Amino acid sequence: MDSQIADKAAQASAKSPADPAQAGHAHGSLPRNPGMDLDLDWALGIEANTSAIERRCASLPGRRSVKKDHQAAWLLKAISCIDLTTLAGDDTEARVARLCAKARQPVRADILAALGMEEITTGAVCVYHDMIPAAVRALQGTDIPVAAVSTGFPAGLSPFHLRVEEIRESVRAGAREIDIVISRRHVLSGNWQALYDEMKTFRAACGEAHVKAILATGELGTLRNVARASMICMMAGADFIKTSTGKESVNATLPVSLVMIRAIRDYFDRTGFHVGYKPAGGISKAKDALVYLSLMKEELGHRWLQPDLFRFGASSLLGDIERQLEHHVTGAYSAGYRHPMA
Amino acid sequence: MTIKEIFETMDYGPAPESAADAFAWLVDQGSRFGHFINGAYTAPGTGFESRNPATGEVLAELTQATQDDVDAAVTSARKAQPGWAAMGGSSRAMYLYAIARLLQKHSRLFAVLETLDNGKPIRESRDIDIPLAQRHFYHHAGHAQLMADEMPDREAHGVCGQIIPWNFPLLMLAWKVAPALAMGNTVVLKPAEYTSLTALLFADICRQAGLPKGVVNIVTGDGAVGEMIVNAKVDKIAFTGSTEVGKRIRTATAGTGKALTLELGGKSPYIVFDDADLDSAIEGLVDAIWFNQGQVCCAGSRLLVQESISETFHLKLRNRMKTLRLGDPLDKCIDVGAVVDPVQHAQISKLVASAPDGTVHQAAVDLPAAGCFFPPTLIEGLSPADPLMQEEIFGPVLVSTTFRTPAEALELANNTRYGLAATLWTENINLALDVAPKLVAGVVWVNGTNMFDAAAPFGGKRESGFGREGGVEGLMAYTKPKTSPKPLAPVAAFDAADSPAAPTGIDRTAKMYIGGKQARPDSGYVKAVYSAKGDLLGQVGLGSRKDVRNAVEAAAGAKAWSATTGHLRAQILYYLAENLAARASEFANRIDSMTGKKTGAAEVEASLQRLFSAAAWADKYDGLAHGVPIRGVALGMKEPVGTIGILCADDAPLLGLISAMAPALAMGNRVILAASEAFPLAATDLYQVLDTSDVPAGVVNILTGSHKDLGDTMAKHLNLDAVWSFSSSDLSEAIETASAGNLKRTWVNYGTAFDWSRDQSRQFLQAATDIKTIWIPYGA
Repeated sequence: MDSQIADKAAQASAKSPADPAQAGHAHGSLPRNPGMDLDLDWALGIEANTSAIERRCASLPGRRSVKKDHQAAWLLKAISCIDLTTLAGDDTEARVARLCAKARQPVRADILAALGMEEITTGAVCVYHDMIPAAVRALQGTDIPVAAVSTGFPAGLSPFHLRVEEIRESVRAGAREIDIVISRRHVLSGNWQALYDEMKTFRAACGEAHVKAILATGELGTLRNVARASMICMMAGADFIKTSTGKESVNATLPVSLVMIRAIRDYFDRTGFHVGYKPAGGISKAKDALVYLSLMKEELGHRWLQPDLFRFGASSLLGDIERQLEHHVTGAYSAGYRHPMA
Repeated sequence: MTIKEIFETMDYGPAPESAADAFAWLVDQGSRFGHFINGAYTAPGTGFESRNPATGEVLAELTQATQDDVDAAVTSARKAQPGWAAMGGSSRAMYLYAIARLLQKHSRLFAVLETLDNGKPIRESRDIDIPLAQRHFYHHAGHAQLMADEMPDREAHGVCGQIIPWNFPLLMLAWKVAPALAMGNTVVLKPAEYTSLTALLFADICRQAGLPKGVVNIVTGDGAVGEMIVNAKVDKIAFTGSTEVGKRIRTATAGTGKALTLELGGKSPYIVFDDADLDSAIEGLVDAIWFNQGQVCCAGSRLLVQESISETFHLKLRNRMKTLRLGDPLDKCIDVGAVVDPVQHAQISKLVASAPDGTVHQAAVDLPAAGCFFPPTLIEGLSPADPLMQEEIFGPVLVSTTFRTPAEALELANNTRYGLAATLWTENINLALDVAPKLVAGVVWVNGTNMFDAAAPFGGKRESGFGREGGVEGLMAYTKPKTSPKPLAPVAAFDAADSPAAPTGIDRTAKMYIGGKQARPDSGYVKAVYSAKGDLLGQVGLGSRKDVRNAVEAAAGAKAWSATTGHLRAQILYYLAENLAARASEFANRIDSMTGKKTGAAEVEASLQRLFSAAAWADKYDGLAHGVPIRGVALGMKEPVGTIGILCADDAPLLGLISAMAPALAMGNRVILAASEAFPLAATDLYQVLDTSDVPAGVVNILTGSHKDLGDTMAKHLNLDAVWSFSSSDLSEAIETASAGNLKRTWVNYGTAFDWSRDQSRQFLQAATDIKTIWIPYGA
């Protein structure tokens, strides 16, 4: 770490002493991002050159390759970073309980044993507000946090005071992480102050629960807007920035991810605070997960490969990883039905 | 390490590409190679070892070609050439297509062999070198198909000698072989002695494609073999390599009539403006200077950063260097492999150690115990005066400095003897499109770097060489006009009669014309000009090197001309024609009195036509947008060569001058015209026409005197960009030899006559322009 950056980080740590109560979960030894005053010169000065960003993303899978035992370890790491998610209109408490059981035991025990790994869990379980109690019950005795999508997810167009109240309700119901959606119209109309104020209000409503800001990047139009919205949400105190609701026509992509994690890096370099990243939607293959992990490692470094700073919002990714892990153990390609469903 | 441990460390671990098939191929060939001549491998002879620079292990024994080998290769190529050309473009296209397909089918073998032999990361040989080589053959299969329709007036040179470097062995082979074959040439190619293996595998591909014997010949060996090829009976030499060797080849081929293209060194600027996407610009730098260990002629090796962002940018850059991975080139997770040879490693080390100023920052990589590895290096805070800012290092070493304004960025960027490539980063389209054309470089990348394609011409300006590879421009380097040149008889001035008639009227002094002013010769001497009957027609100044110097200075001061619009230049050329026409009979009489013939009127009439043609072309000799496989555009912009010295034809004292001058002016060049040595007075009369036609001072300069003396000074002058000679004095060899000083473009007649009666403006337009390829990827 360069001395300049190190100094800033040290100052930042000094300014916000780690409060155990603020530590959201098992890996939460880092001070929370307290946010800062809105700095529009900085946020609006960020450039994002689309074609260059696309080229970087296109070449990355060819530049980084993880094989054999390393690949197995990386895939296990990916599992530990999954927000195992169900966001469907037909969710029931029993369905959520099944999902939670899978979150507690994401990989068949014999496979884990063959890999020499102790038990692992997914990073969190992510549900709608009404499913929080069921999830909390099902996850009792574990460190797995319940995340709730909130603030009129996915469009975020319900009355503002209801959106804020929804956060409070969810926290009261036991959610330790709140995935809010920003008002895309603030970005599209250039109303940055409104975006900042909204995010700040959401953060305050979260209290000790960690807040993930869903930018719905598929609806922001340009990578430059993604960069600006990322920065402003971090300034307003987001613990995580997240690509998508999973309901937009385009969800997580590598270019969008690169822009967001570069914003995270700039924010860290300037303030010393770690902000997490969550790509969501569209990541369903083990191979894609490896690319995302290598992107995080390359652009942000090893620290951002832990579940307190990196999550996959995904529902079908786990299944593909399970098959790859069994293949690693046996040498034979696996079948979906050999792995317990959620 | 256990999986549990890796789960914590999250290391990448080894990801080796297997070299088994490549080794098996080498063993199948006996691990010893001869040459590939006339469709067959020759028996291996004495030679040298080819080693893997990453490990030092010997890969194969190669043969050093003898003079007999080179002669046999040239003979075989010569024998094959007429048939290869005569079979027609469609037939050649099928062979090129087959080669492209075979390269694709054997792509992994080529990639692994290239990495073993050269030390470059397998990612690069697999994803860049080999696919681009395939693309080159596909693209040129198309050019072969279209040749008859698109280039009806051009034909193959014949046999091409091709000498390629070790940094992109197969790719450079493709760049040389594909266009040559497409146009109906046959080739004798020498790969670099460090990296001959993929060329020898390519020979096998040629056999598999059923290529006729002798069309492709490959001889191996060191620079001595290269010299043999240069001196062999070939019709064209194409060389890619160092500027030093390029100059030697220029000298060695001078006056021989061998066509020549040189793709040489560079110290290419990489400019980052304050409104750039900085992270992307840094990622671009990785591809600019750490691609292929920096052993890239067009590497963005000179970083110029706007002062206001310099601190942030350099901090980000040093951070980025931390994640570069160096090591086994066959590892799929490696960014920087081995440099090609211990000799190269020593050279890089020496240059870096020589940096007295500047802060040296090296990536903290673990260097493998064995092998030629050099850590990615950044040297900050250098000034243009530091040798490392001027000299090509050809290694993974970036030097950097700062600038304040776009104008200063341009000055710094162009403050170099080279002119191969340039990169600029800005989100401002106005800035980008203003700066790109002003960069002295054959290739400019906007918001990207090291982008290549067969459809986009690549090549340099200044001492980075001349000629282009890729696109239609590249085909010009492998074809010549279909003409059957006749010898040019020397045109001698007439001597004084025994009793010349006394001059009548007021004495007129025919002065030279420099910087818009009439100038007396610096020498203070004049030479008498006599009519065919021996009567004194006047005296002209005996121009000397000082006059050339003054004229070049005047031309340099008139660079605004190059920035004028084609429309304006057309207007001035029309005006010139108008004013010349008004004095047509005077000029006709002058010509007749000098030559003793009755051709003056026709010559004036044709001169007017040439002026009209050039005026017509001034705003129509357009560039183009190349179809490159990216979302973006690669512009082919035609720009003036610069200042051109022209030794004007003796045999057509006015028409020869106008035919060369007018297209040069139309394209925005400034010219220094050495008037017909025998009949100079039509040229000296011309300055009055120029003066009355709004031609800005310094754009046209006219000298009189000895072509030999003026030509010698011009050819040596380091601030002249081109010299053309249509003189009837035999100066071709002397001019081409002297031109090596700054590798100025030459167009000389080799003692053959030019048909001035035909309008051949296109040839002049082509010689008067360089094509610049500007890559502009875009995306909302």
